[in-house]
Amino acid sequence: MLGKKLRTQDSALSTHMAEASLSQPASFAERPRISLRTRLARLPRQNPIGMIGFVVILIVVFVAIFAPVIAPYTPTSQAAKRLLEPSAQYWLGTDELGRDVFSRIVFGSRISLQVGIIAVSLALALGGTLGVLSGYIGGPFDWLVMRVVDIMFAFPGLVLAIVIAGLLGPSIQNAMLAIGIIYAPVFARVTRGVVLSVRNEVYLEAARVVGGKDLHIIRHYILPNIMPSVIVLTTLQMSTAILTEAALSFLGLGTQPPDPSWGTMLSNGRKFMEFAPWVAVFPGLAIVIAVLGFNFLGDGLRDALDPRLKE
Amino acid sequence: MSKYILRRLILIIPTLLVMSFIIFWMVRAMPADIVDALVGVDPSITPEAKAALRHSFGLDDPIPVQYLRWVTEALQGDLGKSFRTREPITKSLVASLPITLELAFLAIVMSVIVAVPLGVLSAVKRNSNVDFWARAGGLIGLAFPNFWLATMFLLITSLAFHWVPPVIWIPPDKDLVGNLIQMFLPALALSVQLMAVEMRMARASMLEVLRQDYIRTARAKGLREGVVVFKHALKNAFIPVITVIGIQMGSLLGGSVIIEQIFGLPGVGWFLLSGIFGRDYPVVQVTALFLATVFIVVNLLVDITYAYLDPRIKYS
Repeated sequence: MLGKKLRTQDSALSTHMAEASLSQPASFAERPRISLRTRLARLPRQNPIGMIGFVVILIVVFVAIFAPVIAPYTPTSQAAKRLLEPSAQYWLGTDELGRDVFSRIVFGSRISLQVGIIAVSLALALGGTLGVLSGYIGGPFDWLVMRVVDIMFAFPGLVLAIVIAGLLGPSIQNAMLAIGIIYAPVFARVTRGVVLSVRNEVYLEAARVVGGKDLHIIRHYILPNIMPSVIVLTTLQMSTAILTEAALSFLGLGTQPPDPSWGTMLSNGRKFMEFAPWVAVFPGLAIVIAVLGFNFLGDGLRDALDPRLKE
Repeated sequence: MSKYILRRLILIIPTLLVMSFIIFWMVRAMPADIVDALVGVDPSITPEAKAALRHSFGLDDPIPVQYLRWVTEALQGDLGKSFRTREPITKSLVASLPITLELAFLAIVMSVIVAVPLGVLSAVKRNSNVDFWARAGGLIGLAFPNFWLATMFLLITSLAFHWVPPVIWIPPDKDLVGNLIQMFLPALALSVQLMAVEMRMARASMLEVLRQDYIRTARAKGLREGVVVFKHALKNAFIPVITVIGIQMGSLLGGSVIIEQIFGLPGVGWFLLSGIFGRDYPVVQVTALFLATVFIVVNLLVDITYAYLDPRIKYS
């Protein structure tokens, strides 16, 4: 049913999927056999938006890796005067404790990326494994996993994240755990769907006939089919994970002071923004840039890797 | 159809039961409980006094026993009392619900008013300048965190108009204009992401519909383009937009938790957060479950609307 198919998740991703399912033909067999690498290599020429996203992400990653070199000050140093305007010395001004806003934003990229990568990996490991097994094994196991997934989808994601992070106690680890848990069902549903669509292909049957073991079949025949969807989903989920971390930290349920998370900076800066708008404006812009990068890249990758999903 | 609705309604029961147990268990598994939170680190309170306090909250029973007691009472309409204020939760929930519902409703209305015409225009004038900017807006709008937008709105109104939102919520039946002025910015901040999603959906489904044979027929028989678009195409193109609103309801409810906090609106999300920070078990479990129920019910309504608007859809 279209309505059912559309209801894959409640994040930004749903639109990508929903738009796609309007026009997508069902069979995998129709897909032209072009290798993953070729399709990735074609990306820049065919897809300028994806390319912009890629460059933005490269810059964010670069900033995160070389943060100590790029940032002019230590992110927790309170050496300067409080709430100084942006100047040649303090590019984006200083905050309510006299810390350099630019340096804190630079170091904040580490936290955002770290939370995004760990949380999404957790979701992928948890959801992906369950989804593949569920689709491959079928039967009561599949039924049980899918009912759990249904129940989790019945919960507004951010509310669940707030409850989990809030109950476990505010910390960056618990925020990652909460985000990982709420995104796992998305991966489970998508990977299971792909497994189901290839499970009865002739080449799988052939592999089984010649005596292929289950693990061998999953590794060599099923995983390659899942890769495009997983790459696209992972990229898009990075953006929602970064947004969710910022939201949790904004509420005081994520990264704790004095660590420079963009969400925490924004939430602290809010109290002083009438006198010093820069403490609230710039951390938000940093979030927008990182999220935009992953969204653009995800869109581009979807068009390149998963032509079935093209608008 | 009515059979389908009935089945969906019945399915809500096990979903809520399982969910309520998970939440119930999670709330009790947290590191510091209400007693620790209430007495703090006061050394004069003996462990015996703490145990007595736990006993008075019924916290010394095994979790399944506590859960059964809670479910039995909830089925009788008693959702329990807040550990902190001793107020019945049902009362606080009834007081906070209209605020969250109004916020969500206004956000949806605002997003549809902006997004659908823009999406249609974007599809009709495909590859034009309008289309380009609408699509760019759709992509960029997704990346704006609602809490940052809300903060920026407050910053701008405070700097430019010296306006700060009222501290106390104004009910619409008391002062409708004052209420709408108060709710405008929170609803707008909440609606931007929804706007982007709906715009993309409206555009995509409009493009799909405009390719259909019956649209070609309508054009071929000489109907004006406006009639073709608004009378023939729009109705069908609107259906997926409704579904997307249902899906986005989850983000909307989650977002309202943050927005209510920023604007000091005492809605359900505000109540939930106060429960979390106060380690107030009953409040957390009831509000979290309640938000989930709203989400489930809205999605059921969306599915019903969907089948009603598109007779081709037969739920089995």
